[in-house]
Amino acid sequence: MILNASGCLDALTAPGVARSLDAFVTKTVTPLLRAGNPPTRIAETDAGMLNSIGLQNPGIDRFCADALPRLRELGVPLWVSVGGFAAADYAELCARLDGEPGIAALELNVSCPNVASPVDATEEIVRAARAVTAKPLYTKLSPSAPDVAAAAEAAAAAGTDGLSVVNTLRGLALDERTLRPVVASGTGGYSGPALRPVALAAVFACHRATGLPIVGMGGVESGRHALDLIAAGASAVALGTVLFRDPSAPGRIRAELAAEAAARGFADPLAARGVAHEESAAPLPPSTKTPAKTP
Amino acid sequence: MLLRVSRAGLEPGEPGQFFMLSPPGRVLPRPMSLCLALPGELGFLLDPIGPGTRALAALETGDELDVLGPLGNGFRLDVERPLLVGGGIGIAPLPYLAERLGGAPALLGFRSAEHAEAAALLPGAEVVVEPEYVTERLEPGHGVLACGPEPMLRAVAALAPGAQLAWEAPMACGYGACYGCAVEIGGTLRRLCVEGPVLAAADVAAPLAREEAA
Ligand SMILES: Cc1cc2nc3c(=O)[nH]c(=O)nc-3n(C[C@H](O)[C@H](O)[C@H](O)COP(=O)(O)OP(=O)(O)OC[C@H]3O[C@@H](n4cnc5c(N)ncnc54)[C@H](O)[C@@H]3O)c2cc1C
Ligand SMILES: Cc1cc2nc3c(=O)[nH]c(=O)nc-3n(C[C@H](O)[C@H](O)[C@H](O)COP(=O)(O)O)c2cc1C
Ligand code: FES
Repeated sequence: MILNASGCLDALTAPGVARSLDAFVTKTVTPLLRAGNPPTRIAETDAGMLNSIGLQNPGIDRFCADALPRLRELGVPLWVSVGGFAAADYAELCARLDGEPGIAALELNVSCPNVASPVDATEEIVRAARAVTAKPLYTKLSPSAPDVAAAAEAAAAAGTDGLSVVNTLRGLALDERTLRPVVASGTGGYSGPALRPVALAAVFACHRATGLPIVGMGGVESGRHALDLIAAGASAVALGTVLFRDPSAPGRIRAELAAEAAARGFADPLAARGVAHEESAAPLPPSTKTPAKTP
Repeated sequence: MLLRVSRAGLEPGEPGQFFMLSPPGRVLPRPMSLCLALPGELGFLLDPIGPGTRALAALETGDELDVLGPLGNGFRLDVERPLLVGGGIGIAPLPYLAERLGGAPALLGFRSAEHAEAAALLPGAEVVVEPEYVTERLEPGHGVLACGPEPMLRAVAALAPGAQLAWEAPMACGYGACYGCAVEIGGTLRRLCVEGPVLAAADVAAPLAREEAA
């Protein structure tokens, strides 16, 4: 299953790309309108990019009134990402969306790099959301949590149905000439290829800790990258930064993933789920102590 | 330098629209205005100022390049007494614009005589070099279509309130996906790749007025 990563596609300006996904995830919606951060908002860096969009969104009222009806018409399963600054914000958003038809899942963004999210906050947020909705809840975790497995366990204990792993890391880029931050807000969220091993380790730890369904993401650019996340424990894969360079990535990566899985003897890519946790299929030959003979 | 790519099914679009070109080895594509619609080819005028544009400039004949477009809106062509105004690399969209208008006078400004060599793409254009600015030669009564650095566009907007201006912003996607290209349009932050890059001078006059009031 191939999704987009939240904030990396607008289904209303690029409906064709959205339709090439197995589900579309919205940009994070907050209780009130957010104008977003002042420009400059993005910068390319070594092996990735920084963004500081500032969760620009119309707020839940206008989202429900304007965007949601049009998103339903796309005919793609819809996931709505929600974010706030206190557990009560999440409860308000989820209660509101619980009553809306045509939403397949809610993603709790508890990991925007500009908002602190200690483990106990994650648990409190998931509990508050769980209390007000029966819709499937995915909790999106930060790769910079001191112990991502502990955050995953906390979310599981509070009743999350799945995990989205990972959000961006905090990063900084300085202008070549002035040595001042390129991004106006200073630091930004670091995404793209550099995130791959970080995401893989986080998915691996979360799968081991919880066994929950996981949407794996972070730097995926090819079918092989997607297969790695599945082998580490992901049950779906989301594409973010790669969509900026290649809007046709969902179809391409889906085909590459099937081929990469088949080449390794898996009938279906998901048959490879979690294999990274199993003992190596071909163990090393035994080693023994044996006396050396000199000529 | 002029980068020419085979059309390979790409439409040239309207003058002022842009394409996202993916430099080999870079994470993000780079926005480039269409400069020339040649038979079977598209031409881009590029200034190698950083890693992305340098990687594009280093391409060799036969190398493959991912190109997405045309994107954004273009200049409206139904203007009376059109005058093309360009500054620096901002002259890039003007040759194709001139062609589609069936010829139009052009006024170009450059930082130095060396940079002014690119003016050869617009034969007959009036060229000024710093310390002289295009706005010193701008006469009233024209439908101005301009592209260039931000200070030039703001100065043009002040002198020609009916002008159409092509703006720049850093862009990660060029098709509305990332919200990285937000600029203040009519007083709110909006995506330049969706609303622009060509904006009416009046739409950018609002923040100007606010800045002056502040
Ligand atoms: C709609 C649109 C159309 C464009 N058309 C063209 C075109 O036809 N030809 C062309 O050469 N460029 C054009 N540009 C600008 C071009 O996209 C940027 O110069 C390019 O993305 C820079 O990438 P880079 O990696 O080479 O440099 P970066 O690493 O991004 O920049 C290098 C340095 O230059 C500065 N810088 C960045 N952008 C600019 C800029 N536009 N002008 C001056 N300094 C800058 C940065 O702050 C940095 O210090 C266009 C931009 C837009 C938004
Ligand atoms: C421009 C941009 C905007 C983003 N906006 C959001 C957002 O609104 N909510 C969210 O949960 N994650 C957001 N993210 C993070 C992505 O969803 C994803 O977790 C991250 O980029 C890692 O995947 P990638 O390396 O494939 O991009 C954003 C990322 C980018 C690059
Ligand atoms: S460049 Fe991505 S939204 Fe405009």
